[in-house]
Amino acid sequence: MEFIIVKFVLVVVVFLVSLGIAAYSTYAERKIAAFLQDRVGPDRAGPFGILQPLADGVKMFMKEEIIPTHADKGLFILGPSIMMMTACMTGVVIPWGNTLIINGTEYPVQITDINIGILYIFGVVSIGVYGIMIGGWASNNKYSLMGAIRASSQMISYELAMGMSIIALVMMTGTLSIGEIVKQQEGMHWNVFVQPLGFILFIVCAFAECNRTPFDLPECETELVGGYHTEYSSMKLGFYLFAEYINMFISSAIIASLYFGGYNFPFIAQLGLPHNILTLLGTLIFFGKVFFFIFFFMWVRWTLPRFRYDQLMHVGWRVMIPLALFNILLTAVIVLWQNGQFN
Amino acid sequence: MLNQNLPFMILATLSVFSALMVVLSRKPVHSVLYLIFCFFTIGGHYLLLNAQFLFAVHIIVYAGAIMVLFLFTLMFINLNKELEPHKTNLVKAAATIVAGTLLLVMVSTVTDTGNILPAQVSQNEVGTVAVLGKKLYGDYVLPFELTSILLLAAMVGAVMIGKKKTES
Amino acid sequence: MQLTNRSEVVVNKVMTFKERLYFPAIISGLVITVKHLFKKRATVKYPEEIRPVAPIYRGLHVLKRDEQGRENCTACGLCAVACPAEAITMTAAERKKGEEHLYREEKYAAVYEINMLRCIFCGLCEEACPKEAIFLTDRMLPSDMNRANFIFGKDKLVEGVSNDSRIDISKRTNAHRKD
Repeated sequence: MEFIIVKFVLVVVVFLVSLGIAAYSTYAERKIAAFLQDRVGPDRAGPFGILQPLADGVKMFMKEEIIPTHADKGLFILGPSIMMMTACMTGVVIPWGNTLIINGTEYPVQITDINIGILYIFGVVSIGVYGIMIGGWASNNKYSLMGAIRASSQMISYELAMGMSIIALVMMTGTLSIGEIVKQQEGMHWNVFVQPLGFILFIVCAFAECNRTPFDLPECETELVGGYHTEYSSMKLGFYLFAEYINMFISSAIIASLYFGGYNFPFIAQLGLPHNILTLLGTLIFFGKVFFFIFFFMWVRWTLPRFRYDQLMHVGWRVMIPLALFNILLTAVIVLWQNGQFN
Repeated sequence: MLNQNLPFMILATLSVFSALMVVLSRKPVHSVLYLIFCFFTIGGHYLLLNAQFLFAVHIIVYAGAIMVLFLFTLMFINLNKELEPHKTNLVKAAATIVAGTLLLVMVSTVTDTGNILPAQVSQNEVGTVAVLGKKLYGDYVLPFELTSILLLAAMVGAVMIGKKKTES
Repeated sequence: MQLTNRSEVVVNKVMTFKERLYFPAIISGLVITVKHLFKKRATVKYPEEIRPVAPIYRGLHVLKRDEQGRENCTACGLCAVACPAEAITMTAAERKKGEEHLYREEKYAAVYEINMLRCIFCGLCEEACPKEAIFLTDRMLPSDMNRANFIFGKDKLVEGVSNDSRIDISKRTNAHRKD
């Protein structure tokens, strides 16, 4: 019973934190965009515009809800729901921190550390495409359909390269559990130093999977009006946009935990602080890393222009995948060499 | 007993229902979506059997990749009633006979099987990644590699078919 | 003909290996954008902070009164004739007995309206006025949600009688004076 309560509390906290961070990501996106363009950004709602996400949310709810006459009504509603659901589901396997010791019992700050954590994330991400595809198709609009088709082909292409870049990492660490991978990166033994190519491949694929610039072709305004969510309005549109920010947050968390040591930070043992304090500090540092990557996502968005569609496919299939295969080969050779197989 | 079987019963009902809906749906896209749902319920069965790796791979490969391609092509060709090719009575009769025979075979197989053993939920981590990997690359390494060669050959064949013919 | 010295001729050259790597270019782009994080913001937060305008700025009109608080305008209609946008309309009326403290001369404008949606703020009305009644000021035209509210009547145009409700136009008139 206690187990269930602890997990329930963790789930609720992770859910609320994801939503909160996603909400403030919208604010951060606008502020960062403004700063990079020498503007001020939203500053009217509350001090420094801090209540802007609230105002946006109220606006989204108040807008008129339109379902096109010729749309497939059930699927039209299902699309954003799937999108939101899959976005929120990924957070459960991410280790948000080390363990907390309360009354002698050790509680991990992670909802569940299943031994196929990475595969779980891939599964959920691959389902996420359906949200876009179903929404785009059900709108009965050619722009939406084009957006949906672009999204699905882009997601499939980059999922391959992403999976392959992860395989190299799994070969190094020898485990599919994210909790275990983070534990192995104690101190400064971050995976990014041993897998730099894998990291670059992974982060590029993460951009593509999140439909962020320079890979935001599914909602490419200049060509497709609004892409897959052209026909959406009110909170359904809000769900699509919101899910994008949750995905960005989760991707940042995954990058931070797979390649940047998660809650680990250097000189952790020299501090001589009690275990629980160290855990909280680790969680804070983990969030610091996550925020840096969220900032990086936005920074890239306001720097790079969008790819052309053939360039996107070219990069995905003829650059990323061969590089990922090469990385796997290289990693395999190094792992075997370290194990003394060549002597 | 009922309590233990409850997740299975729910999943099985959903699987059968969604499988039926694949056939009975009018719109092809709905059929595909029901098929995806069906895959999920089957994935649930894998989980009940403690085969987590199989579950994850099933979801990633079937629900996540193959069905996306299905849906992808279906969206392109936009099937509707007017465009559906008219089937002659001969074709219909042939289809009925084939399907009926298949049903007969399956029913007879099921009835001939004396008693169906309940699925054994293995406690010793049979379905986990490490065990599966050791099995695949140890006991079954030859079939595994043969399968990969087969897949490679199929891939090369697909590329050959897909390539534009050059004048020779 | 060369128009600027910043133009570059487009060449379809083959990219070198370094260029095809893209990452150096992407990183230099990221450096450029991040430099802008620390640059001065170009935004002027309008209602709190008003941009300085030139002394001869032509903003919202004012109908002046003389030192005794009487309206200068005699409804001669020259401003309406001069107006290229035909934004000004007026109705003249005769000054009654006992109204001498209100209007400077025997004739005055009972209705004086400027359609601010038509007005192009050229200042020709000001130039045409023989009585120094209408001037353009450095005030901005406030925005509104309703088109009808942009037809400014005398209530919005005529300045107040008391000293602090007078509208200062000395900057503009001084700038025009040639000495």
